[in-house]
Amino acid sequence: MNPLYAEMQWLPRTPREFPALLKEMSAVDGLIGSRARAAALHALDLNKLTKLGRVIDEARNAGRSLEPLVAFRLAVLSNSTIDFVVPALVASAARHGIVLEVVQPSYDQVAQEVLTPDSKVNTSNPDAVLFALDYRALPVRITPGDADAATATTRGVVGYLEALRNGVQSHSNAACIFQTFAPPPETVFGSLDRALPGTLRSLIDDINREVTGMARASGAVLLDVAGLAATVGLADWHNSQLWNMAKLPFSDELIPLYADHVARTIAAMRGKSGKVLVLDLDNTVWGGVIGDDGLEGIKVAQGDARGEAHLEVQRMALDLRQRGVVLAVCSKNTDELAREPFEKHPEMLLKLNHIAVFQANWGDKATNLRSIAAELSVGLDSLVFLDDNPVERDLVRQLAPEVKVPELPEDPAWYARTLAAGGYFESVAFAGEDLKRAKYYQDNARRASLQKQVGDLDAYLASLDMTITFQPFEATGRARIVQLINKSNQYNLTTRRYTEPEVSAAEQDPEVFTLQVRLADIFGDNGMISVVICRPDKQGVWQIDTWLMSCRVLGRRVEHMVLREILEHARAAGIHKLAGVYLPTERNKLVVDHYAKLGFTKVREEKGATFWELTVCGADPGSAPMKVVSLDFAGLRQGTFA
Amino acid sequence: MDDKQIYAKLAEVFADVFDDEAIEVKPELSAKDVDGWDSLSHIRLILTVERAFNVKFSTSEIGKLQNVGDLATLIKMRTS
Repeated sequence: MNPLYAEMQWLPRTPREFPALLKEMSAVDGLIGSRARAAALHALDLNKLTKLGRVIDEARNAGRSLEPLVAFRLAVLSNSTIDFVVPALVASAARHGIVLEVVQPSYDQVAQEVLTPDSKVNTSNPDAVLFALDYRALPVRITPGDADAATATTRGVVGYLEALRNGVQSHSNAACIFQTFAPPPETVFGSLDRALPGTLRSLIDDINREVTGMARASGAVLLDVAGLAATVGLADWHNSQLWNMAKLPFSDELIPLYADHVARTIAAMRGKSGKVLVLDLDNTVWGGVIGDDGLEGIKVAQGDARGEAHLEVQRMALDLRQRGVVLAVCSKNTDELAREPFEKHPEMLLKLNHIAVFQANWGDKATNLRSIAAELSVGLDSLVFLDDNPVERDLVRQLAPEVKVPELPEDPAWYARTLAAGGYFESVAFAGEDLKRAKYYQDNARRASLQKQVGDLDAYLASLDMTITFQPFEATGRARIVQLINKSNQYNLTTRRYTEPEVSAAEQDPEVFTLQVRLADIFGDNGMISVVICRPDKQGVWQIDTWLMSCRVLGRRVEHMVLREILEHARAAGIHKLAGVYLPTERNKLVVDHYAKLGFTKVREEKGATFWELTVCGADPGSAPMKVVSLDFAGLRQGTFA
Repeated sequence: MDDKQIYAKLAEVFADVFDDEAIEVKPELSAKDVDGWDSLSHIRLILTVERAFNVKFSTSEIGKLQNVGDLATLIKMRTS
């Protein structure tokens, strides 16, 4: 089976502590709606969905509040065994902000339940009735080659479904949800089955077309099961063994996927679908980092495999915009640099006038997403945030859990499909004003003002379980050091470029203090992320010749830890003062306040360049919650800052 | 796979399917001994076993199972 769909790869994997999360939910007092939703926001298999569904049912039956989840009562009528599906529906609904009560009458009592005024379904006053029928439920007569008989069969089937709809309408106020029918993979003739009237395949084609029209005309909601089954493959969808043994209408492995599709449809009926697509830029909208690679270096062109993958993301964003989804940008970048590709790159499909709110700055993304929601006057739960960086995704999930954040695979070739598979923008209707909505938001949106508050960033940093490793320059790290020195533009104080022999010379000079810095966290090893070179200046002074850092680890206080390390070695070497300089370039505005933030004092300014000093004795650079490892200096030293 | 490994893994599967860590998974255990082990959860049990051990059983094999011992024997046959 295709794992994107069968394993729902847009959702984070189920954590080991999932059983504990469930126990907690049963044990705590107070509101558990948000906990239920958080637990549901993983790719849960059938057994886990079943457990979560039961916990939610128990809470609801005990009269506990599940706010902020919204209540919905769904009657499910089926000709097959849906007992596995029901708890999965309850759990999946929580994922989409719904607390679902399922009314499930006896097996295979579809018509009786709908047409009898005092049936279980009709007296339960449901919000909607789902006709979870598969092709085996239909009064179908196979008549290969007989067009008249085929038409009569199709009419008969649609007449039956219309009777069901009329029954619901006359005995309750419930909305009807009809499914299209997934044809079985077996054919009788082969390809001719599709062309010949009266074969099962061609009848199901006809029936699906008619049901779709009937649903649309009568205001019923359509769940395109035929489309879903085709997407995952009919041979994987239909499982003869399970039908024979237990009358399961489709493979058990696809129950979580089906349940999610029902849940997103119900959420759409309650207006809880995404309204805004918020895009990260570097390595999401284009390949590469605009601040480092420049306009010519980013990958966003036809003819380049990576570029085309990112263009596909742009195309999908534009298609969504065309149907009324609002687009916004949330990127860690300097604003002018981030806008450059939109304004100047000829192959970019997205232009600035497509973007309602453009947030490019160095603040944390959770805060920026709140600004975007406020600017557009929508709830945080209306935002869908697409970002290639797992650290950013995780931060947003923790600090702004209402935002919908799809997981993305390594390869950008699958970004657009993964976003689509998540169904974040599911809609049950389309109206003229949808077309105008994107523009409406845009006209009203001003650029959101930045909020400086950082939420609960300390706790987040601690949860990253970071280890920072310091080491002087040495041979194995040299190639990467040279690369960083020659490639880093943004977090680079002096932008001095050095060749490999020059780096090697610094490495061997006992008077020069060098530092290569690595950072690992729960997501893996970030590799080398910072480089420092200090050269002896006047008596007792170190001149910071080079200080650069990878933007991947911005906002983690790595620079504070680096300064702490420098100070320690300076003290040991009898240095009493550090001197730093900021040399401005087109690209390094990001670090204009680097030395000020670290407690240096400005001593002079010359043509935009600023000169700074820090007295070693008594300097306190602050710290960050990370484990520190120092290698190869005068022996191994370890410590932890909490 | 030896019996010990099979039973250890089966214990995980039972805990997952029946949401009960206390079930003692032994050869003579059968549906009448476990709360909630009805015909439907039996199917869910078999499907979870198939996935956990990466095996597939035929309809008639599933039909013949009387207790956990039968199931373990079948798994052993498939995984050795």
